[in-house]
Amino acid sequence: MCTMIAEKIKIEGSGKGTNGWFALDQADVSYDHPFNAPYQYALNIDFVNESLGPSARVAVELSDSAARELVRTILSALEQAEAGGHLPKK
Amino acid sequence: MYTTEMHEGVHAETITMTGANGDSINAYLARPLGEGRFPAVVLAHHMPGWDAWYREVTFKFALHGYVTISPNLFFRAGHGTPEDVAAKVRADGGMPDDQVVGDLAGALNYVRALSYVNGKVGIFGTCSGGRHAYLAACRAPGFDALVDCWGGNVVMRPDQLSLKMPVAPIDYTKDLPCPILGLFGNDDTTPSPEQVNLHEAELKKYGKNYEFHRYDGAGHGFFYYHRPMYRQAQAVDGWEKVFAFLEKYLI
Repeated sequence: MCTMIAEKIKIEGSGKGTNGWFALDQADVSYDHPFNAPYQYALNIDFVNESLGPSARVAVELSDSAARELVRTILSALEQAEAGGHLPKK
Repeated sequence: MYTTEMHEGVHAETITMTGANGDSINAYLARPLGEGRFPAVVLAHHMPGWDAWYREVTFKFALHGYVTISPNLFFRAGHGTPEDVAAKVRADGGMPDDQVVGDLAGALNYVRALSYVNGKVGIFGTCSGGRHAYLAACRAPGFDALVDCWGGNVVMRPDQLSLKMPVAPIDYTKDLPCPILGLFGNDDTTPSPEQVNLHEAELKKYGKNYEFHRYDGAGHGFFYYHRPMYRQAQAVDGWEKVFAFLEKYLI
């Protein structure tokens, strides 16, 4: 909330938290003070399912350079999957 | 000043209090033991949550002779570890300002009603808590001293205003009824030195009793010993200033 940079998106998938796997339905992305990573600010991603309460959360806190590299890597993996015919038919 | 032959004691526990809209919320209350009446302080916790650092600081103020209450401003987001709850509040864009002011006013009313409080109540906040403390001091009558530690977004651009935060706290400055101590790191970006300049100019414009200290070599959160932002010398000096300020206006 210090930077007021926080967005939410609906997602589908599964996340593994402290109590095991649970269904994910939202990702919260912020650029703000992290809880744990050793930076003043971090790119924070919380994979959550709010209907299960605040503890249904898989959290990562990344440096800005790591976050950018992750975005590129995610897109690269998806492009390779598409080229290989692995993505679900729409 | 404490010396080693003195008896010292604190009673601290989670309590329930009435906050905004008559809601029942929890809070951490710490009181010095012993006879007499004590000044009080309301704590507005920071963005990382109603967490262990704030329970420790509640206890710290009580050790210094203040009845201290730290309401759980994130109560309505649900329960879990302080981090999990704070992460949800972060994603939701924070708590509504009106609700936070109501909760802090509720904490003020709670301590004022205690038979062992001397009638003087200050308010202290860090980070978003500094901003909330500023809002509460301006909007909820009855605070006798305000400590704003690196409160970001006291100065806000029009595009930053929202339904939850419809008015920039700086716009309430003319209504500030009590002295303010502000502590800021010059390497901080929320608030930046330029924003602190604007804040100070507004206080001067309305002839307010203020004392700002701005630390070189420090950014945001320089009291937080558990985070890399901790700055030992600046934190020691800052805490000395906090207690000297509160002693001047609450005792």
